[in-house]
Amino acid sequence: MSSPSAEARFRYILRLADTSLILGQRLGEWVGHAPALEEDLGLANIALDLIGQARLLLAYAGEIEGRGRDEDALAFLRDAPEFRNVSLAEQPNCDFGQTIVRQALLDAWQLGLYEALVGSADARLGEIAAKAVKETRYHLRFSAGWLVRLGDGTAESHARVAQGLEALWRFTDELLAPDALDEEMAAAGIAPSPDALRLRWEERIGAVLEEAKLERPAASPYPWHGKRGVHTEHLGHMLGEMQHLPRTFPDAAW
Amino acid sequence: MVTEVTETLAAPVRGQAAGPPEERAWRALCSVMDPELPVLSVVDLGIVRYVRFAGGCLRVGITPTYSGCPATEVIQRSVREALAREELGEVTVETVLSPPWTSEWLSEEGRRKLQAFGIAAPTARASCNVTCPRCCSHDVERVSEFGSTPCKAHYRCSDCLEPFDVFKCI
Repeated sequence: MSSPSAEARFRYILRLADTSLILGQRLGEWVGHAPALEEDLGLANIALDLIGQARLLLAYAGEIEGRGRDEDALAFLRDAPEFRNVSLAEQPNCDFGQTIVRQALLDAWQLGLYEALVGSADARLGEIAAKAVKETRYHLRFSAGWLVRLGDGTAESHARVAQGLEALWRFTDELLAPDALDEEMAAAGIAPSPDALRLRWEERIGAVLEEAKLERPAASPYPWHGKRGVHTEHLGHMLGEMQHLPRTFPDAAW
Repeated sequence: MVTEVTETLAAPVRGQAAGPPEERAWRALCSVMDPELPVLSVVDLGIVRYVRFAGGCLRVGITPTYSGCPATEVIQRSVREALAREELGEVTVETVLSPPWTSEWLSEEGRRKLQAFGIAAPTARASCNVTCPRCCSHDVERVSEFGSTPCKAHYRCSDCLEPFDVFKCI
């Protein structure tokens, strides 16, 4: 078992951190706009957990990199091609139905990932995962619950989530198809085995879709590369808003 | 900001084999309240993992309830200030991630204080039965799994019809 370089570990942890950060920022866009106050609070709470996880992971990534970049420098002073989140996380909210579809797909993925990372050869990553896994289980209960309610709801709610699923399904292959870095980390016992991760995700999402009376869309062969820094156009616009203040006023403090 | 994680305890052991500086520190920590739940001290919440005094320096381990809880930084500052007032020497507040915080670490006294404050605490460990904090009815319904802070969910009592917060069970 070879030990991956610090540079490789840095890149791998950025994938986890950026996926949480970008998804958290997206959910934050719902604040004040969700269909009901309870859902507004729910989405904001999930966003808060995700950004908290991102902070822990980014701080750790910065330590591994050893170039003096802290969590803020990594979150606010990188450009889109340096972000390593999966492409699904950066997709726009659209309607509540599509937001719920995106959330359920990613919650199920993050849950399997964190469950496995608890036993990572990287102890610090294992500790962050042990905390995140409890939060993520709660998130999936919320998103899967809503997916079932909407999918097995009215004709209109069913049509909305079916449309959201159709629009987002093509991004799911990136979650499950390992690249060289995923495989290197799995071989070193740091990341979970890609096959096990896929199995857990398929089981969870399969069960939710069935209960929600939604059909699983056909697989899409197009490969997305968000985790290698090649993003859809949406990320840049989002970063423009997210990073505007700290870049315009670099020394601003509360 | 995560500092080095050192030894961890299954539950806070207060004052056990501890000299006076540790005891004074624990007493001071009992007066540091959670800014969002002002009836609960950090000790009631179960987030103080250890207090160690050695070589004129005091080290305190605090674990966050939720990864993104915005109160964490305020709590750490309050802890530092409360211990500085005791003049026990240099104070270091360390963040402990493992084992992760669980609502089971809420003290019995903390549970009583919460209930009296109008927030339902999970009564039996692991079962998470919810009781209306006003009329003690078990006939309650969940309005939302999320509430006004990361640690609370929102319920309503079907008997007295009052809405109330529930301390989430994680």
